[in-house]
Amino acid sequence: MSGIPHDHYEPKSGFEKWLHRRLPIAGLLYDTLMIPTPKNLNWMWIWGIVLTFCLVLQIATGIALAMHYTPHVDMAFASVEHIMRNVNAGWALRYMHSNGASLFFVAVYLHIFRGLYYGSYKSPREVTWIIGMLIYLAMMATAFMGYVLPWGQMSFWGATVITGLFGAIPLIGEPIQTWLLGGPAVDNATLNRFFSLHYLLPFVIAALVAVHIWAFHSTGNNNPTGVEVRRGSKAEAQKDTVSFWPYFVMKDLFALALILAVFFAIVGFMPNYLGHPDNYIEANPLATPAHIVPEWYFLPFYAILRAFTADVWAVQFASFITFGIVNAKFFGVLAMFGSILVMALAPWLDTSSVRSGRYRPMFKWWFALLVVDFVVLMWCGGQTPNELVAWISLIAAAYWFAYFLIILPLLGVIEKPLAQPATIEDDFNAHYGKGGDGAGTAAQSTPAE
Amino acid sequence: MIRKLTLSVLAAMALSSGAALAAEGGHVEDYAFSFEGPFGSYDQNQLRRGLKVYTEVCSACHGMKFVPLRTLSAPGGPGYTDAQVRAYAQQFQVLDEQTGEYRPAKPTDHFPPSNMESAPDLSLMAKARAGFHGPYGTGISQLVNGMGGPEYIASILTGYTGETKVEAGTTFYENTAFPSGWIAMPPPLMGDDVEYDDGHATDLHHEAQDVSAFLMWAAEPKMMARKQAGFVGVGFLVLLSVLLYLTNKRIWAPIKGKRNQA
Repeated sequence: MSGIPHDHYEPKSGFEKWLHRRLPIAGLLYDTLMIPTPKNLNWMWIWGIVLTFCLVLQIATGIALAMHYTPHVDMAFASVEHIMRNVNAGWALRYMHSNGASLFFVAVYLHIFRGLYYGSYKSPREVTWIIGMLIYLAMMATAFMGYVLPWGQMSFWGATVITGLFGAIPLIGEPIQTWLLGGPAVDNATLNRFFSLHYLLPFVIAALVAVHIWAFHSTGNNNPTGVEVRRGSKAEAQKDTVSFWPYFVMKDLFALALILAVFFAIVGFMPNYLGHPDNYIEANPLATPAHIVPEWYFLPFYAILRAFTADVWAVQFASFITFGIVNAKFFGVLAMFGSILVMALAPWLDTSSVRSGRYRPMFKWWFALLVVDFVVLMWCGGQTPNELVAWISLIAAAYWFAYFLIILPLLGVIEKPLAQPATIEDDFNAHYGKGGDGAGTAAQSTPAE
Repeated sequence: MIRKLTLSVLAAMALSSGAALAAEGGHVEDYAFSFEGPFGSYDQNQLRRGLKVYTEVCSACHGMKFVPLRTLSAPGGPGYTDAQVRAYAQQFQVLDEQTGEYRPAKPTDHFPPSNMESAPDLSLMAKARAGFHGPYGTGISQLVNGMGGPEYIASILTGYTGETKVEAGTTFYENTAFPSGWIAMPPPLMGDDVEYDDGHATDLHHEAQDVSAFLMWAAEPKMMARKQAGFVGVGFLVLLSVLLYLTNKRIWAPIKGKRNQA
């Protein structure tokens, strides 16, 4: 599977040979688990396992929840209370599922920002990156529709606001909105199709995850140095890598257990902290909540959506040259989807020949600013709009676009990168001393970064 | 750099969760309830007192249609016996779906719904309101103090100033805890509204806190089981983490040159 030379599966017993001729599934599993992995991966490379776990957790708890849930506007809210009060451990299933969504997004954001810092999106891993972005989009759609299912006030009004975005598209917007909702407004038809799709999309995500893994198993993992594994011979490759099993499996499982300890503390002691109290009020189409706010993981993009109001010059300019077709509302929608699109295009916008941010002295600071920017946008998304928030949102949204469209292309030209290690082995030995092949010098046992 | 990134994103999570609740309305007093914190548990006597206030005062207008009466005898709650619950249930008249007529409630029925359209259902009130907000939309207050649902209820019940105003034919009562400052519900508790079976003081503040604690139980009846599961889960995972840490260290030792060092 991998382009890195390594030992492949050899069927030994008679049965293995019999099966291997007919279906090489043992070989597939062996090659996947034993893939040579750069031995210098740091603790930011654990999020993939956490994400895989999240997907399994959400599907497992979700299937059990679906056995007790009723997708009908008159019964959905009561059926969730039925789960909380009458179903054996129903409260545990539901709190794990709702907080599991938060863990999923914490992990995916850290995973994405790791990729952005270490240049994991760069050639030859563009396809991995694009598939990852598709997974992220599918996750957002799934989470949004899942939040509608309890049929609380935020479910209903969140669905109304978000599907209203499609109505902002000129000409075809309103028919699209009606088609999505199954009627003129959020109602029983909407709830039913959201339930159906909320059940379907996780399996689409699972398939995309398989392709995502296939893609980076074909190119090999990136690593903190961004230097490729040597592929001249098996012996050479072995100096840069260790097999995924058991080295990284154990490391990742340790990290996962630690993260789950925090997760269970939240589920056990503060399960409603990340939710919104209004969603414990049954949906009422006649009473609009004082503030309609999406879940925390949508806030940065919600802030970008709201940032572009009619008094921003860019919006006025867009409106002028399109004869008013692109109004402020449509501009906001374009900006929101555009903010994810520019991220997806990072492989082609980043002109630097150096992959890892570790060896890019200027990039480091712009990247740090992007992380701060993301946090600021998240804060803005949760605020009631006022003049100050509007200004901060606009500046933060502008930086998001500037980072991908201006800074990444320019840095590759003007930045002078630092010297990179020649091999992964050099980098690893600089941290830990030489390995067990006899030549050992004194090793400092600093843990991985 | 990466550590910074991790911290920022985690901070962002904490920041934004409560950010929604930026509207900082009335003043909510931070009452100390027995069920706060990981080690807190419901005070069975307080739940029983609160049930009495609910039954004799609140239920005149409000309902609790999601709460099954039988849960009054469930573990972790007011802890009545099945016979007591049967006797208690009989005082409510519920609509029998089969006959279409009203009959005395049985433990398998739920509490009756609200009698008045304008009186919200109280089943989930303690989770449907947040008493604490901010600061600056960061949600840190909720992280430290909890969501503040029962505190909000108790503050509303004790927050009346005695001022009234009439708007469009409706009387509003000034309330220091209510976000807009004026609430349509007339002051429900005056102090000494009920007589407690355990002889506890019945001044306004005690009654308000007792019924708030009861409504928290009504909204989250499985809280005790949840916290217990939390301890088991966290304890198990911490132990597993230690074992995995040691395993991981051992496995990596030859790769990281430890073997030569020893």
